[in-house]
Amino acid sequence: MYYLNFKPEADQAWQDLAAKYTEETGVEVKVVTAASGTYSDTLTAEMAKSEAPTIFNLGNLSGLTDWGDYALDLTDTSIYAERANDDYVIFDEVGAPKALGYCYESFGIIVNKALLEQAGHSLDEITDFASLKAVADDIHANAETLGFDAFSAPGLDGSSSWRFSGHLANIPLYYQYKDAGMSVGSLPAEITSDYLDNFRNIWDLYITDTAADPTSLSTSTGDESEAQFGEGKAVFYQNGDWEFANLTGNFGMNPDDLTMIPIYCGVDGEADAGLCSGTENCWAINAKASEEDIQASIDFLTWVVTSEEGTTMLHDNFSGIPFKAAKETSNVFATASKEYAEAGKYTMFWAFNDTPNVDSWRATVVTALTAYSAAPSDELWEDVVSAFVDGWAIEYAAVNG
Amino acid sequence: MKEKKHHDPSILSSELIRRPIRRWFPVFLLPTLICFCIGFLWPFAQGIYLSFCNFSTPRDATWVGVSNYVKAFKDAGFIHAFKNTALFAIVSIVLINVLAFTIAYALTQRMRGANIFRTIFFMPNLIGGVVLGYIWSMIFDAILKHYSTYLTANATYGFWGLVILVAWQQIGYMMIIYIAGLQAVPEDMLEAAKIDGASKSQTLFRVVIPNVMPSITICMFLTLTNSFKLFDQNLALTGGAPSVIINHAKVNMTELLALNIYSTYNINKNWHGAAQAKAVVFFILVATLAIAQLTATRKKEVQQ
Repeated sequence: MYYLNFKPEADQAWQDLAAKYTEETGVEVKVVTAASGTYSDTLTAEMAKSEAPTIFNLGNLSGLTDWGDYALDLTDTSIYAERANDDYVIFDEVGAPKALGYCYESFGIIVNKALLEQAGHSLDEITDFASLKAVADDIHANAETLGFDAFSAPGLDGSSSWRFSGHLANIPLYYQYKDAGMSVGSLPAEITSDYLDNFRNIWDLYITDTAADPTSLSTSTGDESEAQFGEGKAVFYQNGDWEFANLTGNFGMNPDDLTMIPIYCGVDGEADAGLCSGTENCWAINAKASEEDIQASIDFLTWVVTSEEGTTMLHDNFSGIPFKAAKETSNVFATASKEYAEAGKYTMFWAFNDTPNVDSWRATVVTALTAYSAAPSDELWEDVVSAFVDGWAIEYAAVNG
Repeated sequence: MKEKKHHDPSILSSELIRRPIRRWFPVFLLPTLICFCIGFLWPFAQGIYLSFCNFSTPRDATWVGVSNYVKAFKDAGFIHAFKNTALFAIVSIVLINVLAFTIAYALTQRMRGANIFRTIFFMPNLIGGVVLGYIWSMIFDAILKHYSTYLTANATYGFWGLVILVAWQQIGYMMIIYIAGLQAVPEDMLEAAKIDGASKSQTLFRVVIPNVMPSITICMFLTLTNSFKLFDQNLALTGGAPSVIINHAKVNMTELLALNIYSTYNINKNWHGAAQAKAVVFFILVATLAIAQLTATRKKEVQQ
């Protein structure tokens, strides 16, 4: 049995867990982790070998295009029966479950509540875009006396731009999916510009109410932005619950000071919005492996999500775990996500998982967004809209061509 | 008479020496030949085969004929990368060779500290392309920041940025080759030119340059193939950015051929074959150009 792991940060945890499993059952589990950003290359290379991975990551629809033939239909497997709901399952076009999300993540605007209070505001004030803008504008106006600003730098360097070309772009995508009654996996050939004015609202706020120089965003990195927030120089920081370990560990922030709020951008009824939750971490089982290997893989994964050792490891390393036997999380962002959902707020699913030729589409959006941010104008915003809408159609045609 | 026989080249045709060579040559040749087959010939043949297939791994390839080639040439990004590469090759070949020759010529004249300069000029060559790309992108961005702009703002900055980077990296290497060439110009020829009253420029163009023609050939060959095969620097400096939409087609403005092939492959499995087809076209192009250029410059070489 061979698991090709997708998350480099969880490599050691998987190795340890695999060793425990071997100790307990005598079954060998080989865990290999692809270096960050090279998963698809590694998977391609490994799949060509005779000792191919039996468990691999199939995270989205483009993964399904490439590896759907290799993914086992999980319908009658014991691991599939352990899932808590269908939200994080990837189904193919005939409705067969091909990959199973083993953790989900949420993103939104991370808030430093302590600083917010220091600036004379509270979380209760923020319920929609107008109130978020009012608070952020006020903090930005008083940034010099306060010693901190509203938003951390919205850097557009490659290490940071995915937060906007990927995650922030999910907001306009989500709302148009919602209007059309679509779900993740609809893979539309074209998208509309219906909610791009809202995208512009929030983006303008990011680049205005910040200490960052809008002309240098192209080289402003993710680490810079994270450090600004971690060191208490910004109240808001758009990112996901995976930041929890870094912020509380490396930067020593107090978990009680932290929470996450939805990304508001002026859409009607957004007071009922929750966080954006989804996953690209899904297990698929290699259907071309031998019968015994397939069964051994299913047994191993079932053990991971049900046994004491397995659930502990998942709890320690990931935020949301969509399995029946999952343990409660200590990640305050994951808790916030859960609370929004329990309060009846709508969870924004990850519509951006449908992006065709994702890196290429994002690159075009980032190019246009960088140009716009350096000298905002309606004309340059048109390029952002074109990169969004026309770019989507072009990439869709390329991927399906 | 016996002594003389030692210098007779026909000694090599003696049976005593030829027989063991004939018998044992595979032992010396085979390891290299096997490596060459495994590392080059076989992947090359497989690569050509795969350019006519659709595949996600080489094991499940299905034959589709020439459609990958059609697809490759319909790709606006490929055509753009093609033009970009041609322009880049011309500019960088001229720039690198002229500068490298000039520096080499200056450093072979008697001057103080020539050795230190040689070392300094050569040093950029020791740094890897990716590292150089990132370092230079920081340098360019720091400079351009003063003018409220940035490297990937438009294709012109990216193009000239790449030219400067590559020139900076390769000039030192070409300089070393030119220095070797210049030092091999026979003293007596230079002396004869001097006695005949040739001016400095006459000596340079009529005596020195014809004599360093072999160096020029090799440097031209190297800069040509380097320009065409350029990948790491391109990837690290701009990564092809800015990406824009022109006439309903997506183009990465600063992408050269090798990077274009790489990014094509990464679109999804429907493009693996097309990327492979592009790579075959790329190989034919580079090979043809290099052979043509070698034959052309060889003709100008002086036999000593």
